This record gives sequence, structure tokens and C-alpha cells, in this order.
Amino acid sequence: MSPATTVIEVRTAPHVHSGRSVEVIMRNVVYALLPMAFYSVWLFGLSAAFLIATTTGACLLIEHLCCGAAERESSIGDYSAAITGLLLGLTLPPALPLWMAVVGAFIAIAPGKMIFGGLGFNVFNPALVGRAFLQAAFPSAITTYTPAQAMHRFTEFIPTTLAIPFLKAAPLKDWIAQVRVDGFTGATPLMLQKFEHVTTDTWSLFLGTRAGSAGETSALLILLGGVYLIVRKMMDWRIPAAMLLGALALSGCYYLSNPAKYPSQLFVLFSGGLMLGAIFMATDPVASPVTPRGMWIYGILMGVITVVIRFEGGLAEGVMYAILLGNGLSPLIDNLTQPRTYGAGKRMFGKEAAAK
Amino acid sequence: MALLEFFTGKHLDRGLHVPEHKDLTSGLPIRRLPFAPMLVVPLSQHAGAPAIPLVHEGQEVVRGEPIAKAGGFMSVPMHSPVTGRVTKLALAPTARGDLGMAIYITPYQAASQEVLYGAPQDIENMTPEEIVQAVQNTGVVGLGGAAFPTHVKMKVPDGKKIDTVVVNGCECEPYLTTDHRVMLEYPKDVLYGARIAMRALGAANAVIGVEDNKMDAVEALRNAIDANRTANVGITVESVPAKYPQGAEKMLVKVLLGLEVPTRGLPADVGLAVFNVATLAQIGELLPVRQGLIERVVTITGPGVRKPGNYLVALGTPLRFALEQADCRDDVSSVILGGPMMGAAAGSLDIPITKGVTGILVLTQKEVKASSQIYACIHCAACVDVCPIHLNPSHLGLLARKDRYEEMETDYHLMDCFECACCSYVCPSHIPLVQYFRVAKQMNRERANRERLKAKEGAHA
Repeated sequence: MSPATTVIEVRTAPHVHSGRSVEVIMRNVVYALLPMAFYSVWLFGLSAAFLIATTTGACLLIEHLCCGAAERESSIGDYSAAITGLLLGLTLPPALPLWMAVVGAFIAIAPGKMIFGGLGFNVFNPALVGRAFLQAAFPSAITTYTPAQAMHRFTEFIPTTLAIPFLKAAPLKDWIAQVRVDGFTGATPLMLQKFEHVTTDTWSLFLGTRAGSAGETSALLILLGGVYLIVRKMMDWRIPAAMLLGALALSGCYYLSNPAKYPSQLFVLFSGGLMLGAIFMATDPVASPVTPRGMWIYGILMGVITVVIRFEGGLAEGVMYAILLGNGLSPLIDNLTQPRTYGAGKRMFGKEAAAK
Repeated sequence: MALLEFFTGKHLDRGLHVPEHKDLTSGLPIRRLPFAPMLVVPLSQHAGAPAIPLVHEGQEVVRGEPIAKAGGFMSVPMHSPVTGRVTKLALAPTARGDLGMAIYITPYQAASQEVLYGAPQDIENMTPEEIVQAVQNTGVVGLGGAAFPTHVKMKVPDGKKIDTVVVNGCECEPYLTTDHRVMLEYPKDVLYGARIAMRALGAANAVIGVEDNKMDAVEALRNAIDANRTANVGITVESVPAKYPQGAEKMLVKVLLGLEVPTRGLPADVGLAVFNVATLAQIGELLPVRQGLIERVVTITGPGVRKPGNYLVALGTPLRFALEQADCRDDVSSVILGGPMMGAAAGSLDIPITKGVTGILVLTQKEVKASSQIYACIHCAACVDVCPIHLNPSHLGLLARKDRYEEMETDYHLMDCFECACCSYVCPSHIPLVQYFRVAKQMNRERANRERLKAKEGAHA
């Protein structure tokens, strides 16, 4: 021992750390998303594989270029762009032309995230920003669904996948007829229910052997991914719980009031993008509240809005707009639900001193 | 586990479980460290005014002899930790980083080092005022790390009534085991100290809170109570589920009694006085014989020492000497006074061990990694979920980055933060939140001082 020559470092407390880090959390979210990606490739084949690869690759590339333009170190190593890309791919219909997917990825990353300053500063979930743009720009392409487990799906693309930008793609009718699947009308279970009052069996919804966006079909795999992240303490369970609870409660009321017109609450829970949205989109920490009460309010609000859009609005699906609205409200929710500090007399409602 | 705690009632609702590493030293009895060739006794080892020296250069002092008197009510005297000769009165480096006045004493190698000072005093017949004075004379300060003069807390504030003495035996900081060993080895002194505090404050009850990772200490204390039921009436021992930062006075009060100390208030505002167990053990030991505080138990531990242990260290022992005695390794990278969560890194190995040093944690290069990359806040709310006083560290951190210190205080209760560092510990973005808050609090204090000065000048003009 020779403390006489020892060089000691001076740092500020704490001198230990939990070892959690942003890139580890983000990497695990990617792991949790991968089963869904593989399952969607199994369901929809080559087109889904290329769609997801395209959005992920494009998001990474665009984030890298944006960092270059801002003259700072590339941030693609934190895996957040990979998550955005994966999520975007999973929320798109598998038949979407790849060039549109690239446009979506650009909107998601450049104006959706990097323009605010990158990870941590975006107001909205970037993947949903990209998807919302696509919904507005290409309303027909983004509601064109193809059957699951089509023939030759591992050897052939869905014809629209390789459409040339800005040219009208060939209609899918002929292709769908060619790959058979009896009675497929190009509609998701949600559309079938809403516009044709045909209810799909809940069990097949849960397992996911149905038409839909690439990754939203299997509630089972989504739940497994969510449970994995929650168990590893990388996701807050309160937000998905609140959102599903909100949707469950309101749709239950609707169902009880008129069982002939409205689907059961379980159908609402497992159909469309509600599971994927509640577990992987609404929980985007950057765009959601941080206060405990705020998380519940935010989640329930989004669940309720989803059901209202689905039942009362003109669209079959409402998850995307519900979450974007929730994202926009989350700073306000945070502000109004500041926790009561130890030793303080009353609960604080919003900023007390702002009114001085 | 959390569910279990929820149903069992008394628990800390926030905070976190930090790896404890207490098994390095918790089974090792307290042993005395040899005297260093030179002891350095700073005149300011406590919160409040520095002590005033009573000795001059070249003077011979006896172990236990007063060598400095209290510099006011908010101050305590110093006693010579060793029989020897005062070498000089000069500046010495302190743990804070600056220099402070200190008395240098060279021990006599052949002296018996017996404590010859002191005489019995009859505590049972002393008035509360006399007890407060006697406690001040011992020089005891909060040995849990705060070093706040103990006698000040034993005086009931005007207009207040104290009904319960809370004795803090939590020791929630990882690695530290001094309080644990004191409770195990000196339970009678702890109880005697508690009785003295109850007498001085006129409190009918005392409750000793101990974390459930020290059940042997709980048992030792309970046995000591049972051994003399009539004397220890009103004293109870409660075990609480271990969780950091339960040893913070505000937290313990909430967990044990369900009371909250008001913002910027004192435990006295809710009828309580809180003392650390080691502090009371010292009072229980020193007061009946009218002696002064000359040594304390220090846990020297961590991967950087080969002989970790709980050492009885003479106050004024230089850090370097203590580390040599504990067989410090060569690849030491950090020496921390206190625990890893709230302790301060020593800037020099020449600083002396003072009354407030609970432990010396020695880390090697393996534990202290290069600074991790700091990311922007991703609003994951991990800090909000652990903050024991329910602040919003995430938002406070964002405000701190924009230098909006005043807003942090007025709108977000910054000044209630007691710097437990839970937020920094869990932050996946590695944002040094608690450091931001220390800076912000200091800036706010300075601003308040400036404003006070300005108001004064205005009144004079």
C-alpha cells in the first residue's frame, strides 16, 4: 500500500449508479418488438419483411443525416431511431408501397423528432407522426389491407409493394383473387365490424391470424413483449393498464347499452392497433407524463378517445389519433398533477406561483 | 416484496433498494485503531461557530482534556484525543476542500493514554438546563454525519412541546455498519442516552427505529430494555423494512409515526426530536462521567481495503494513516467520507477524521467507471417514482439546465430536497440531477442573502 503516491479522483455523490441506461432500455424495447416483426413476416411474407426493413433502415439513415446536418455526433447508437422505424413498419399495412414507407420514415424522424432536438425533446411519438402523415397523404393505400397467410407470400411480393413513386399502383383485387382466401374483402376485423357488422372471433384476434397492419395482429405477442419490458422495469405498466382499462370501461358501457350495434369489449380490446398502441406507443416516455396521477389520467383519456373515435367517428380505427392527442396533452397533464410534496400542506394544483 | 411491505403497514413508500455491501463489516466487532504519529484536531468539526482554542504551542495535553471551548451556544468544545504535546496551531486541509484552523498534537509514545479527565455527575438530579449544558460540555454532535450540535436539539424550542424522542438506528447508506455495531455492542449506552434526551426534553416516549437488516441489533436493544424495565419505561424498539433513504430524519418520522415534518420546519414542529443511535450512545457513555468526545466508530470499508472493519478512531487521525492501517490497495481511485449515496469524496488524504465521519469507503478503479454519456431526459419517470419527498426531479432537472433556479424553488419545492441522490442513482440518462440541485439550492441561498442585504441597505438609506 502506498497512499503517498495514490492519485484519488474527486466526484460528486452519488458514487454508485443503478446501471440503467438509455441505450440498454431502448435495446430491450427493440428485442420486445422483434417477435412481432417476425410473426408479421410469417403472416404476410416478403412484403412485410421489406416494409419493416425499409422503415427501420430509413429511420436510421435519416437520423444519421440529420445529426450530420446539425453538426453533432450521430445518435443512432441509442436505438431510439430503430424503435421508431420498427414501430412505424409494424403499424403500416403490409401492402403499402415501399416508397411511401420511406416518406413516412422521413416525416417521423426529421420533423417528428430531430427538429425538436432529437431524443428526449419530441412532443409526439415520432412513429405516429410518420403514420399520421401517411394517413393524410395516402388515405387509400394506408387502408388497403391484404389477407394473412396468403399463398406464395415467401416468394412473391404483394404487387403494390414495389410500386413506382407517384404512379398509380395496380389494384390489388386481381392479386387477392389469385392468392385465394375465401370471402376476403380487403377489410380488417375492425372495418368488418364497423361497416358490415361482421364480428371476428376473439380468439383469432388474440392469436393474430387475421388481416391488419403488419405488427398489430397478435395481441398475444404484443402482451408478451410488454410483460417482458415491465418485468425488467423498462416500461411503466400504469400507462397501458390505464389505456386498456379506459377502453374496456367505455366500450363495455356501449356494449351494454346496445349489444346488437356495438361489439363486445373484448373485441375492442384485441382488435385494431389498441394493444400495440397501448403497450408500445402510448408508453413512449418522452411524450407521456411523468407524474403518477398524470399517467393514469393520460392512459384513461387515450383509451376513451380510441373508443369514441371507433364508435362515433368516421374512421374504423382511432388509436393513432388518441395517442397523438394524449401526447399533445401530456405537458399540461404533468403540470396539473404535480405530486404533493412531503411536508407541504395541500395538494398542488398546477403552478401556484404562476398566478402571482 | 413491495406488495408485502404495502400490507404490513410501516414502510417507506418511495426510495429504493441499493446493494448494501454491509456484510463486509457488519460481523466485525469494533476495534481500536492505533494513534497516528500526528493528530490534527480542526476547530470546526460541527455545524455552527468554530471552537476557541484553550492551548498554546508546546503545551502538554492529557487525553480527554478540553483543548478548545465552545464558540457560542451553536458550538461545542474540543477535547484532546491523545496525551502528548501541542505541536502547533495552524491551518489544515478539511473535507470541504478549504483550509481551517486546527490544533496539531504529537502523541507521547510511552504515555498510558488513559482518560484522566472527568468526574461522576448525578444526572437524575439535574434540571433540563443543566443537562443541556452538560451535553454541550461533552462536545458531542450528530454522529450520523450531520455533525449538528446535539445539545441544541436537546433544548425544547420556545413555544414547542416534545412528546417523543425518535432514535435513528436505520443506517440506510450502503457499506456503513457503525450504528449497527454500536447498537449491538453498547445497547445500554444507547438506552441511557435516550433516557437523558427524554429527561432533557420532557418527553414521555422514545422509539428506536432500526431497519430489518439488523435484527440482531433490534434483539440486543430489546433485551437491554427487558433487563431493566423500570428504568426504560416508555422506550420501544421498532424494526422497519430496509430501504434507502429511510435514515433521513424526515423519512423515519413518517414511517414510524405517520407524521410529516412541515416544509422548512423542524421535527419539533410535530412534537419530536430525532437523534442518531451512536450520538445517544456517546451521551450515555460520556455524560455520567463528565468526559468529552475524543474518538468515534468509523467503518473503513470498500473493495479498496484489505482489512475492512469498524474502527474506533481517535478524532484528528489523518485519513492516510487510517487507510494504511486498513491495508489500502494500490489501485485506489476514490476515497469517500460517508456512504456511497451521500458521502463526499475526499480531495486529499491529509484531511483528519472528524466527528461527522461515519465511514470511509475506498473504491478502486474497477468500481469507478469513466463517466457515462449523458443523454437528454427521456421522461421515463424513474426519478419521480423514487423521490422520497415526492418532488419531480425530471422537471427540476430541465429547469436547472435553463438556470431557472427561482422557479425551481417557488413552484417545485426545490428547497425540500435533502440530496439523497435516489434520482441520480436511477437516471438512465445519467443526468447528475442531485448535483444540479445542490448548485441550484446554493444559488437560491446566495440570491436570498443578496436580497436581504439589499433590503437592509435600503432601510439604512
